[in-house]
Amino acid sequence: MRAALALLLLAPPAAAQDDRRTGYDDMTPELQAMQDDPVGNPGLFWVLDGEAMYSAAPDTGAESCAGCHGDGETAMSGVAARYPAWDEALDRPVDLAGRIDLCRVRHQGLPPLERESDALLSLTAYVTNQSRGLPIAPDPDPRLDGWREQGEDLFTTRMGQLNLSCAQCHDDLAGGHLAAALIPQGHPTGYPLYRLEWETMGSLDRRFGNCMFGVRAEPFGAGSAEYVALELYLKARAAGLAIEAPAIRP
Amino acid sequence: MPRSRMSRSASLALALWAGAASGQGLPEPLTDVPGDPAAGREVVVTRERGLCILCHAGPFPEVPFTGDLAPDLTGVGARLTVPELRQRMVDSRVVNPATIMPPYHATDGLARVGERWQGTTILTAQEVEDVVAYLATLTEDGT
Repeated sequence: MRAALALLLLAPPAAAQDDRRTGYDDMTPELQAMQDDPVGNPGLFWVLDGEAMYSAAPDTGAESCAGCHGDGETAMSGVAARYPAWDEALDRPVDLAGRIDLCRVRHQGLPPLERESDALLSLTAYVTNQSRGLPIAPDPDPRLDGWREQGEDLFTTRMGQLNLSCAQCHDDLAGGHLAAALIPQGHPTGYPLYRLEWETMGSLDRRFGNCMFGVRAEPFGAGSAEYVALELYLKARAAGLAIEAPAIRP
Repeated sequence: MPRSRMSRSASLALALWAGAASGQGLPEPLTDVPGDPAAGREVVVTRERGLCILCHAGPFPEVPFTGDLAPDLTGVGARLTVPELRQRMVDSRVVNPATIMPPYHATDGLARVGERWQGTTILTAQEVEDVVAYLATLTEDGT
């Protein structure tokens, strides 16, 4: 499996052999149309808010995001496709929302944002939207390898009172039904995304928390090292699949 | 990659135990009160109590959506004895260490159980007996 993971990173499987499916592939045509609608996708409200935040200078006197990075459409293209990435100061990887928040704290003198706040979801959605259509391309930084392996260990570890691992559902039983719900393969191509069940945007960490609660396990915290490790593994597992944020899910 | 993290000796011990247990199951009831099939049926068809229908279909037409991850319970009472049913309810890992069926009345070997569920079992001993009594009545093959 480790060897297979390394291969995935180097060369995503050819399309002819690729049986990976995203949640989009299994949605109804109506929901697919909602996601594809350049006006009607509700996630675009967060993208637009994020765009405004990206360009606005904070009242701390610091530069705006655009002031340092330049035009978001070019500067941020492809960034979300390769995250999570290493943070030198923390000496550990961070996810994209974590990177954005660190940037605000370190360079704009702003207080940290709540992980599931509209502000952080908006900025993350805007930056991720600049990778829409691009293939997930995990960062080859070798310092991430051990974290990816830790993520795979978490993915395959049974947890909670129901004693289930992520892999048992999302590898072994994907395509089956848990009551009426189709079990997806769990490729994180669309986050942050608008989930009809949530009636709002949410992060991948929120989804992780839902799944862990579902098996009656104690969730790790949003932004925790464990979730970053899990995302690193899932992004390698989904390498080559196109970013589709902001996605819609039922 | 092996999913199990057990040591080889632990695996062997479990396999030996499973070999013995799968033959005879758990013959002793968990409680002094005989299982009530009607109460057991309620546990099975009430999704948030038994969780059964998330994975199993069965002879309960009033349940609109049942999962397809585990065997249909139709006729299970003819396929398995009461001790075998009880074993699978209490801790199906004994029969198959790779099972996806949660242990309904065991707490050993679990990792990171959520705070609100720590030290509890999915079903009480009496609920297990009720469900076993209900499943034992499912002797029709459904055709």
